[in-house]
Amino acid sequence: MASKSQSCSIWVGSETGILKGVSLSKQQAFNFCEMSCLSRDQEVCVLEWGDPLESEVLVGCANGTVKAFSTEKGIFTESKECGDATQGKFTGLAMMDGSLVTCAESGILKVWKEGCTDTIEINVGNGVCRMRQNPSRRSQVATGGKENPLKVWDLERPDKAIFTAKNVKNDWLDLRVPVWVRDIGFIPDSDKIVTCTGYHQMRVYDPSSPQRRPVLEAEFGEYPLTALSLPASQGTVVVGNTHGQLAVLDLRKGLVRGCLKGLAGGVRGLQCHPTLPLVASCGLDRFLRVHSLEDRSLLHKVYLKSRLNCVLLSSRNLELSGADLSGEVEEVKQEGEEDGETDEVWDAMETVTDKTNKRATEKAAEENAVKGPKKRRKVAKK
Amino acid sequence: MDFQGDACTKTEAKKGAKTKKQKRMNECKDVEAETSVQADSVEEEAAFPPNFSVSEIKNKQRRHFMFMKLKQEKRKVAVVDTQMFIRIYDETTVNPEDEEVAFDEGTDEFSSYFNRLTNPKVLITTSDRPRGRTVRFCEQLSTAVPDSHVYYRRGLALKRVIPQCISRGFTFLIVINEDRKVPNGMVLCHLPNGPTAHFKVSSVRLRKEMKRRGKDPTEHSPEVILNNFTTRLGHSIGRMFAALFPHDPQFIGRQVATFHNQRDFIFFRFHRYIFKNEKKVGIQELGPRFTLKLRSLQKGTFDSKYGEYEWVHKRHEMDSSRRKFHL
Repeated sequence: MASKSQSCSIWVGSETGILKGVSLSKQQAFNFCEMSCLSRDQEVCVLEWGDPLESEVLVGCANGTVKAFSTEKGIFTESKECGDATQGKFTGLAMMDGSLVTCAESGILKVWKEGCTDTIEINVGNGVCRMRQNPSRRSQVATGGKENPLKVWDLERPDKAIFTAKNVKNDWLDLRVPVWVRDIGFIPDSDKIVTCTGYHQMRVYDPSSPQRRPVLEAEFGEYPLTALSLPASQGTVVVGNTHGQLAVLDLRKGLVRGCLKGLAGGVRGLQCHPTLPLVASCGLDRFLRVHSLEDRSLLHKVYLKSRLNCVLLSSRNLELSGADLSGEVEEVKQEGEEDGETDEVWDAMETVTDKTNKRATEKAAEENAVKGPKKRRKVAKK
Repeated sequence: MDFQGDACTKTEAKKGAKTKKQKRMNECKDVEAETSVQADSVEEEAAFPPNFSVSEIKNKQRRHFMFMKLKQEKRKVAVVDTQMFIRIYDETTVNPEDEEVAFDEGTDEFSSYFNRLTNPKVLITTSDRPRGRTVRFCEQLSTAVPDSHVYYRRGLALKRVIPQCISRGFTFLIVINEDRKVPNGMVLCHLPNGPTAHFKVSSVRLRKEMKRRGKDPTEHSPEVILNNFTTRLGHSIGRMFAALFPHDPQFIGRQVATFHNQRDFIFFRFHRYIFKNEKKVGIQELGPRFTLKLRSLQKGTFDSKYGEYEWVHKRHEMDSSRRKFHL
């Protein structure tokens, strides 16, 4: 069990409350949960690394608990009550100097210190959709939501936001443009922040410039953009929308560089690998897909039976060995915590197939099959 | 794998006599058995010289016999090659013993129906200003689905209609879209907060166009048969159809509604059956008949602009293979 969690390089949270670990080297996916006490209110809303060494995964659930999962031991080590269901689901989790920062949909952002019971509380406004931490300056967090513009907060001075974005000018009908920030990303090596909105816009803000309005605005598609991620190579951003379209947008001119194909359902979670040109996406169609950003091809596709909410990539090499054609989904038992689960059920689990090599052989087979009947038809007409 | 919900029952005798497609399948199976027997007998005879065609046999009887044998062999090969036998294995096919999927289904939006907490109440409406064919189709559909009400659309926005339906206790909203005087689309929305499915409707046959049809359907609740919904997406759609009908079918009425999925097309048929004896069933087709094809499944009530889609049909990506199906 510990070895299984140690081999997992991608962590996915699902709507049923199960934390899933996917190991691309072994071509397997594991469920880390207790099957007996599953419930919908344990739905995983956010996943975040507990420490820079990536030995702990913080899981934020819909009922307000934050659980810590140790990747080395493969079990949930602790669970903390950080609010209740009335405040809404978690929209962001962060670790800062040993204290936990949580943000809920109602706008209550709390910093929970280790050991102390007192918390710093900030109200960031109602209807928050996302809270993200600046990876270079760990004390800064950005929040945004529906009719809640982008605000950057410094947790050492929690009275007032250090940057509040201003809405763009009225459109050509002189109507106020509505605001709906769905996801936020901090551009590395600079001060800039990129957001994607529910009105299919992508905006870049620069807090260091005197201009509070967006520096760059670009539109993509006709559907709300739900997730955003910044790849290792500078100058681009990957966005996903509710229709299952993933696109790579250019940050210099705001043009679409290309689209990543394959998703059938709305994108809920998107993350780029910190060093390699890879992006992992998960969504409502119950699949986890890993695309390569260089040629925009699909590298891995894993079926994970529940609707997926969030994805977390580890920084180590994902060990992409595309030679294996089949894998298995296994159940990881919490020994001593579950009662009477049978192994036979899990040995009969369905296989998870890898797509890469199969595509080449399948395409050739398909072409031959398609050409055959077509030829027959032509002869008949004559 | 045939899907069974609460209100479904299947009798083996009925299955054999049900649809034309299944009859043909049975015939083909018989032909296969015959040809295999004949092939065995032929191998014992002498082999033919090369460059020999059937038309060179001078004996009329023997020539006819060889020709029929050739034809049957060709038919056998054609049957084996048909795509319904070679479907690409879909990894989302539901394993009945899978606990995670069982939990997922047990707690999804239809759980209140399948746990017998709510009874279905259906509202049928159309797009604005429907023509005669669509109006008649809606009326006939409401006789097929018990506890359904047809309302005129009056140009109202669906997003305003939905909260009113919820307050009046409706569980389903069906909107038949019309184009050029013919129904061509259907939006099936499960009401409190449930998924919305958008289908393309084709091949609508009204009651007067049916051959050898029986009398009009009665008020009894029909049994529901859901065929061939194997994948996870198929399961969700199958549960949606099952939730349209009341839990307990009234067997006195001897009516049955069938949703048969084949190659991603869902065929709806409404029959009345009668058992002549233990093995023979007579069926009469009543009611409208139509074909559905799923275009998208959206999580949440109808919101085509801002809703999140669980599955969207993307023609260029999904229809590239002739053997891959999604339902």
